[in-house]
Amino acid sequence: MSVIAAIRPDSWNFPLFLHVLGAMILVGGLLSGASTLGFARGDGRFLRLGYWSLLVISLPGWVLMRIGAGWISSKEGWDDVPEGLEPRWLSIGGFIADVGGLVLLVSLIVGGVGVYRLREGKGSGLLRATMILSLVLLVAYLVAVWAMSGKPD
Amino acid sequence: MSFDDWMLALHVLSAFAVVSGLILFWVLIVAVRRADTPEGTLRMGPVTVVAGAAIGIGLGGTIAFGVWLAFSVGGYDIWNGWIVAALVFWVVATALGQRANTAYMAGTKKAQELQAAGQTGPSAELLALNRTPKGLVLQFVVSIVVLLILIDMIWKPGA
Repeated sequence: MSVIAAIRPDSWNFPLFLHVLGAMILVGGLLSGASTLGFARGDGRFLRLGYWSLLVISLPGWVLMRIGAGWISSKEGWDDVPEGLEPRWLSIGGFIADVGGLVLLVSLIVGGVGVYRLREGKGSGLLRATMILSLVLLVAYLVAVWAMSGKPD
Repeated sequence: MSFDDWMLALHVLSAFAVVSGLILFWVLIVAVRRADTPEGTLRMGPVTVVAGAAIGIGLGGTIAFGVWLAFSVGGYDIWNGWIVAALVFWVVATALGQRANTAYMAGTKKAQELQAAGQTGPSAELLALNRTPKGLVLQFVVSIVVLLILIDMIWKPGA
C-alpha cells in the first residue's frame, strides 16, 4: 500500500487533498458541535453555538469530502469496478459517508427546529437529539477514517 | 491488515484528532470574544479540556506512529526531505500552539481571580484578555502550519 502511495500520480493528489481536508473539517465540526451541545447544560448561547458549529463547519466539510471522494474515485478508476467487487475499505467508507450525510441532514433539521424553539424557552430536547446524532456520526466517521486509511482486506 | 497498516490508520486518526481539536479551539475563540464576565469565560472550561485532549492525543499519536512508519515502511527514510519537513512543522505547530494556549489562559486566570474576589459583573479587562490579538495570530499560524503538514503528507515532495 505504501509503495502504491509513493507512486501515486501527481494528478491524484489534489482530489485526495480535498477529500481528506473535507473529512477533517467534517469530523472537527462534529466534535465541536457534540461537545458544545453536550456541555451546554441548557444554556441557550451554548446550544446555539453547538448547532451553528455543526451547520457552518460540518456541512461544508461533508460537501468538500464528498466532492473529493467522487473525484479521486473516478481518477483511481473505482467507478468502473462492478458493484460487489469493490474492496471492503471502499464499501465501508462510501456507505458511512453517504448514510452519514443523510443523518447529518436530519440532525441539522431537528437542531434547527430546536434552535428556533429556544426563543420560547423550548427546544433543548431536540438539540439533545442533535447532540446524540452528532456523537453517533463522530464515531461512524472515525470508523470510516480507519477503514479508508488502514484498508482492511 | 498488517501491523504497519494499523500504524498508518492510527497515524491518520491522530491527525484527525489534531485538526478536530484545532477546529474546536477556533469555535471557542469565536465564542470567548463576547465573554466579558467570569462566569461566561469559565463556562468554556470543559469544552477547552476536550479540545486540549484531542490536540494532545493527536500530536502524540502523529509523531509516534509517524516515526514508526518512517522506519518501518520500505521506500521511506526518516531523513527524506518531506519527512524532515513534517517533523519541523510538527515542532513549530506544537511550540506555537503552547504559546497560543498560554495567551488564552490569561483570560481564564483573570476570570478565576475575579470570581474568587466576588466580582461577577462584566469586566473590560477580562474582555480584552479574551480577545487577545497575540493568541488569535498564534492560532492562525498554527492552523496554517498544520495545513502545510497535510499538504506535505499528501504530495510527499521529493519522495
